[in-house]
Amino acid sequence: MANRYWNEYQKNIADDHYYYERSCIRQTFFPGSETAFLKMMQDELGKDIFDDFRLHTCTGIGYHTDVVPLETTMTVVARIFSLMKERGYENLVPSCITSFGVFTEMCHMWQEHPELLEQTRENLYKACKREFDMPKNIAHPSDLIFKYRFELAEKMKYRLVNRFTGKPLNVVEHIGCHYAKLFPDKGVGKAEFPYVLAGMIEAWGGHVVDYPERRHCCGFGFRQYLVQENRGYSVSNTKKKLESMEPYEPDFIVSNCPGCSMFLDRWQYTIAEMEHKTYDREGYGIPVLTYEEMAGLLLGYDPWELGLQIHQVQSERLLDKIGIPYDPKQKYNSASGKILRAPEKPENLLV
Amino acid sequence: MIDFGFAIKQTRQENLDKVSLEKYHKLLDLTPSFKRCFQCGNCSATCSARQFTDFSIRRVHTSFRRGEYDGLAEELRKCMLCGKCTLVCPRGVNLRSLIMNMREILDEPQKSGKQ
Ligand code: SF4
Ligand code: SF4
Repeated sequence: MANRYWNEYQKNIADDHYYYERSCIRQTFFPGSETAFLKMMQDELGKDIFDDFRLHTCTGIGYHTDVVPLETTMTVVARIFSLMKERGYENLVPSCITSFGVFTEMCHMWQEHPELLEQTRENLYKACKREFDMPKNIAHPSDLIFKYRFELAEKMKYRLVNRFTGKPLNVVEHIGCHYAKLFPDKGVGKAEFPYVLAGMIEAWGGHVVDYPERRHCCGFGFRQYLVQENRGYSVSNTKKKLESMEPYEPDFIVSNCPGCSMFLDRWQYTIAEMEHKTYDREGYGIPVLTYEEMAGLLLGYDPWELGLQIHQVQSERLLDKIGIPYDPKQKYNSASGKILRAPEKPENLLV
Repeated sequence: MIDFGFAIKQTRQENLDKVSLEKYHKLLDLTPSFKRCFQCGNCSATCSARQFTDFSIRRVHTSFRRGEYDGLAEELRKCMLCGKCTLVCPRGVNLRSLIMNMREILDEPQKSGKQ
């Protein structure tokens, strides 16, 4: 009986032949995540996934901040779909949760209002003589890693276990609101029982922290952040989450959304500066990883190639707990071996 | 401190791990009818003191119920004990008793109030 109900919370995820859409902001915030994901899909799982250099913005951030009109967003999204059609793919995998939400929303609107679909076809054709089809399947990369979590587990060198105590690591998972709160049936576990990240954590040996504000927004909220005077709303929401998870002593936070990973991480610096408060015992803050970084680390990828040094809260103490080796001397070297300048140390958050 | 150009807002969330509800429970013992309050605000709407000041009896008893006692003793001095709120309360809360007992509990926490 329980399984029958749980079936309603599952999502249809295509098995192979994916068209990957990179994210505008993720490549800056988490420079190693997308490459690591492609490596997992192609090298570890042997899937066909196409990384198209011609792709462009989905307009998501402009759309959600009301500076890009709906018709423009529809036409730009249609152009992305036309590029996918040209390459012969039908299963779209957008790296960014905002893009995932925008694609899902546009397709939903076109299904409900066929006249908008016709208008968009016309706009796209007039603008660039292109034609498009809606994707057969839209899945987020975290859906794919979730789907193949047991296959990946077989290849993993490490587990989410504290090697000093032998106990599972306490992991806070946070799914982006635009993953399962816009269209709940498009997310694994819907909005009520978010399971896409929790499933990975459990499969890889960790313990999922179920804390009171687990489903609360990370605070990003687009306009809450983009207008400087409004940023108090953003940081206050993040603080609410951090305060709520603090008593459970999480070893790290993992998220599937660029905004969430960014703000849960960077606001820890801001709160430390403003209120001299950190949310771990020793004053280092709680590391925040993307799901690709979490999977990549367990698969044995180099932490600095994954880009962990770019985060605000540094991850060496977490790597020590899992038993992942790293070379401190390589931390601020570029991929070509050039020595880059180490960043300044903040006053109130230890690094 | 760095000037970020914005501030962290303090939450209005009730955190029952951080507040003590001892005084509220004492108040319920003294004026049990307060349990029936469903926060409609009729008491504030009819209040004579409300006509001339920013006093809100509903805000006062709601704060008391949440364990937020700061400034309430001073607020309660604005009440004239006319009893109009008691007349209009649809739940039969004995507001004059409630107000007297809140005053006593806040002024002299050791002394018990009267029904
Ligand atoms: S008794 Fe006090 S609170 Fe009630 S109506 Fe009169 S002045 Fe207002
Ligand atoms: S009128 Fe009575 S029920 Fe309504 S808020 Fe006042 S005390 Fe509560």
